[in-house]
Amino acid sequence: MARIDLKGLAHSYYPDPKTDEDYALRRMEHVWEDGGAYALLGPSGCGKTTLLNIISGLLTPSHGQVMFDGKDVTNLAPEERNIAQVFQFPVIYDTMTVYENLAFPLRNRGVDEKRVDARVREIAEMLDLSSKLKQKARGLGADEKQTISLGRGLVRDDVSAILFDEPLTVIDPHLKWVLRRKLKEIHNKLRPTMVYVTHDQVEALTFADKVVVMYGGKVVQLGTPQELFENPAHTFVGYFIGSPGMNIMDCNIDDGAAWIDGQRIGLSDRHLEAVSKQSGKIELGIRPEFLTLETGNVTKGDGVEVNITKVEDLGQYKIATTRFGASEIKVKLGEDEQVIGQSGILRFAPEWTKLYADSQLVA
Amino acid sequence: MNKITNNKAWFLVLPVFFIVAISAIIPLMTVVNYSVQDIFDPQTRFFVGTEWFEQVLADRRLHDALVRQIVFTLSVLFIEIPLGIAVALTLPRKGWGVSASMVLLALPLLIPWNVVGTIWQIFGRADIGLGGYVINLMGIDYNYSQNPMDAWVTVLVMDVWHWTSLIVLLCYAGLRSIPDAYYQAAKIDGASRWAIFRFIQLPKMQSVLVIGVLLRFMDSFMIYTEPFVLTGGGPGTATTFLSQFLVTIAVGQFDLGPAAAFSLIYFLIILLVCWVFYTVVMNAGKREEQ
Repeated sequence: MARIDLKGLAHSYYPDPKTDEDYALRRMEHVWEDGGAYALLGPSGCGKTTLLNIISGLLTPSHGQVMFDGKDVTNLAPEERNIAQVFQFPVIYDTMTVYENLAFPLRNRGVDEKRVDARVREIAEMLDLSSKLKQKARGLGADEKQTISLGRGLVRDDVSAILFDEPLTVIDPHLKWVLRRKLKEIHNKLRPTMVYVTHDQVEALTFADKVVVMYGGKVVQLGTPQELFENPAHTFVGYFIGSPGMNIMDCNIDDGAAWIDGQRIGLSDRHLEAVSKQSGKIELGIRPEFLTLETGNVTKGDGVEVNITKVEDLGQYKIATTRFGASEIKVKLGEDEQVIGQSGILRFAPEWTKLYADSQLVA
Repeated sequence: MNKITNNKAWFLVLPVFFIVAISAIIPLMTVVNYSVQDIFDPQTRFFVGTEWFEQVLADRRLHDALVRQIVFTLSVLFIEIPLGIAVALTLPRKGWGVSASMVLLALPLLIPWNVVGTIWQIFGRADIGLGGYVINLMGIDYNYSQNPMDAWVTVLVMDVWHWTSLIVLLCYAGLRSIPDAYYQAAKIDGASRWAIFRFIQLPKMQSVLVIGVLLRFMDSFMIYTEPFVLTGGGPGTATTFLSQFLVTIAVGQFDLGPAAAFSLIYFLIILLVCWVFYTVVMNAGKREEQ
């Protein structure tokens, strides 16, 4: 198990990159702790698989270094780096049995048979493959094949890190949940350094201690699931994490408050001080969870008058879609909250109201 | 559930039946007809039963040709299959080299068979052929029209030149269907080059190899045109294979009865070998799955 340092790491698929757009991966500086479970989260094409392949050694970065426990491994081939990787689609050796598949990475490294047997049986036990060990791998279903792939990733206990590239894509939804929990269990038990690529926020948030959110080749935030939820460092994180995502609106700062389409939203001194140093496009963001919608006979006070265009009841909660001027704002309501009429007053919780300058969090 | 039967469906099968009848069944029945009769002229014919079959089976010349044929076919398979796999493994996977090597490899397959024979006949000649001349220059006494061993080697090399491309192309198609993730996973699993071949590449090539072996077996077992042009079956009978022997009986000596009997035996040998090979391979595949 190892700590992973990414030093000044950047990668371009072009031989002579000039602008930022030429980079699949923009320059980054990170330290990933030994024994941590990290999820790389982002939309397709954001560079997460590129980053994973650089860590595994399938790709050599055009700039910077990758270090495992302080040792520079940038130019080492995957087999010299001592890592395990599980791919998006099941990779199994057709002509071997399940047992031989699981034993393959160990036998290739000359581990003695007794130890191979013990490890294979232990992993098979964890993944519920014990009853299938003697079967040929080719006759199994996609779920089981991918489980074998996972097993081959886990079978070596001396690896620096285990890398997962969207490993649950081909798995049925109910099994996804089971396997995810198993991975989490294995992580808690053995504490390997795990890096898990996914575009599914639920998967990332349930699996990882730390989530690395990537967007446009950049790491826009690295934090615990709670940090990502409460304090999105970038409008993309706000929008991508959460269901529904953060409400983000263009605003002007004037007269000690934020103005959106002529309506005043009160800000704290902390906000005002931070934003006064910023130029560029200012946006206001707030999560649907931190808004209150009052309907019926209420006074406006410091709220904002809105039209209610839609209320969806999702069982445990309701989502109200409201509108004022050009902005559409979603509000999360409790199951029992009643919405009366077509209009209401929206109140912003000041401590959860975020200001962004050029998409970066200001306060 | 009741099956709905509609006999009109047979009408739809009729065209195929006619085509197969004209192209295969009727000619084959003519051969069967010849094989059991002794025909002097259309009016004078005698039923002879299995006499021709007995005569042909006891013929020493046939035994010799059969042995030569088996040795030749086995040599062809043992050289062309491994060589084809080896070449396919070294071909480029992307870039301009792919189309260049495809064109080069396809060339021998596109040349008419008798032209292949002519090319090698000239190429191997010691006086005007580049190949024959160079070999003699190296101090090796090489003459395919007099030395049986030289004739054999020339016929074999010609067949390898002509047909290895087919195996290469088939294997290459099989190799191309392997996703990159397999190679990446194998690298990470620490697999050796041999293990990658044995556990990833070979299993993926298995089905195309079965077809390749069958095609090369059938074609080489029936080989006629190229050796006929190159050596004419000589020197002596050194390179007389089964089909050439058959033509000698049928066209040369006009012994239609024995020739027909022999044709049927020939046909059955090929059918039997192919069937046994295919069944064994397919059953092996099925057994593995269980």
